[in-house]
Amino acid sequence: MAVLKVLVVDDEPGIRSGVTRILSHFHVNYPFMDEDYTYEVLEAATGEEGIEIIDRDKPDIVLLDNKLPGIQGTDVLEYIRNKKYDIVVAMITSYASLDVALKAHKFGATDFVPKPFTPQELKSSIENITKQQYLKRITHKMNQEGKKVRYQFLSVLSHELKAPLNAIEGYLRMMQERQSGDRIEDYATPIERSLQRIQGMRNLIMDLLDFTKIRLERKEEKIEEVHLSNIASNAIVTVRPYAIQMEVTIDLAIKSDAVMMADPTDMEIIFNNLVSNSVKYNKRGGKAEIIIDENESEVIIVFLDTGIGINEADKEELFSEFVRIKNEKTRNISGSGLGLSIVKKVVELYNGSISVNSAPDIGTTFTVRLPKKTN
Amino acid sequence: MRKSDFTILVADDDPDYLFQTISSLERAGYKTVAVESQAEAESVISKLKPSLAIFDLMMENDDSGFILCYKIKRKYPDVPVILATAVAHETGISFSLDSEAEKTWIMADKYLEKGIRPEQLDQEIMKLLKI
Repeated sequence: MAVLKVLVVDDEPGIRSGVTRILSHFHVNYPFMDEDYTYEVLEAATGEEGIEIIDRDKPDIVLLDNKLPGIQGTDVLEYIRNKKYDIVVAMITSYASLDVALKAHKFGATDFVPKPFTPQELKSSIENITKQQYLKRITHKMNQEGKKVRYQFLSVLSHELKAPLNAIEGYLRMMQERQSGDRIEDYATPIERSLQRIQGMRNLIMDLLDFTKIRLERKEEKIEEVHLSNIASNAIVTVRPYAIQMEVTIDLAIKSDAVMMADPTDMEIIFNNLVSNSVKYNKRGGKAEIIIDENESEVIIVFLDTGIGINEADKEELFSEFVRIKNEKTRNISGSGLGLSIVKKVVELYNGSISVNSAPDIGTTFTVRLPKKTN
Repeated sequence: MRKSDFTILVADDDPDYLFQTISSLERAGYKTVAVESQAEAESVISKLKPSLAIFDLMMENDDSGFILCYKIKRKYPDVPVILATAVAHETGISFSLDSEAEKTWIMADKYLEKGIRPEQLDQEIMKLLKI
């Protein structure tokens, strides 16, 4: 149970006591959180008194009348803003003049409550504000400006590098303490799991290296004629052991043996990542297909799979750095959250584009288009 | 009460960490329930009142642990909860339960870094269960 402090600043005693009465038994339940919010109402008759209470009690929400005897509501708003208080302000006003509305909005008022208001109107405003406040609190630390990427970067590193270290360390301790007895055979699972975790770390380190590589400029001297069919074949060979394990068949359809002027390493990054994704996020017994085609101006490479798919909401984030789509289906699939962002960067290096089409549980198609003539 | 009278719910999506935690708790003498996701944890909570719960912070959602804390405290206010995570100070975001502000919204009794020794974990649990 959380209590939010609501300060009502209004010179009409009736409004103040009305707010107090309406909110005293009101609680907001946010279904996502299963957490009830209740309200403690503070009252101020003037803007000056309001500022005093704001400084002293740090309310979460301020309901602010604009027309006050001394300083005006917008002055109080400006004060709150200058002090950088984390307070949500809703203006209560009997007539919303455009001027006041604009000024209030400029200084960060988030809501308007018409005056006179019905209990229901007040409640629904307070409910909205509460949800906003709640979301703000939960994301506050993570969304501090500039911190988000760093946060994602480090949390991925923590999860993907530290978690395996913890796991391996734990297993070694179990062995050191002979927890399952003296026979090495009885430690088959810990050993197997440790090796798997090491492999996961190795993949992450490789991705990180790729990532730092493409951060650098493209090196002109490495540009050569690259047959994409060769690159594709090599990528398939690389991922084959994994595909066999997953019982995924991979087909390569070369409609046109496209030749690109490119750094072969860059093309390898594109193919290796997308081919391995088409196996990794596939279903047991699924299919993956690579189609290489071209038209007059561009090379078109399509990577199809019959895998778990991606839902609409997750698509937007898909190419961002360090983003991993987390759900039941991806839970046991390890990854760095870097692969697709690396691919996108490389594709863009060649002035190309990458797009995705996907349906959950049916499959995903990535289409890469690379212009034949790069500048 | 003896340790075997207590049931500890552990939710963690890292199967290795889960396995190791469960086996160390069982060696210490506790009864355990292991789940691998927030969804499974919620379903367990709806049917069973554990003596104590250990939640990983990031499971299918980045805030799974926080949400589980709220849900379990709502249903069983007296069950102590430990929030465990590998995401530590290096992220620049360390949650702790030291400040009043954080106590009001992180509904956990104890916040632990992953990778603590089994004996340490047992100590913390005994403190929370007042054994």
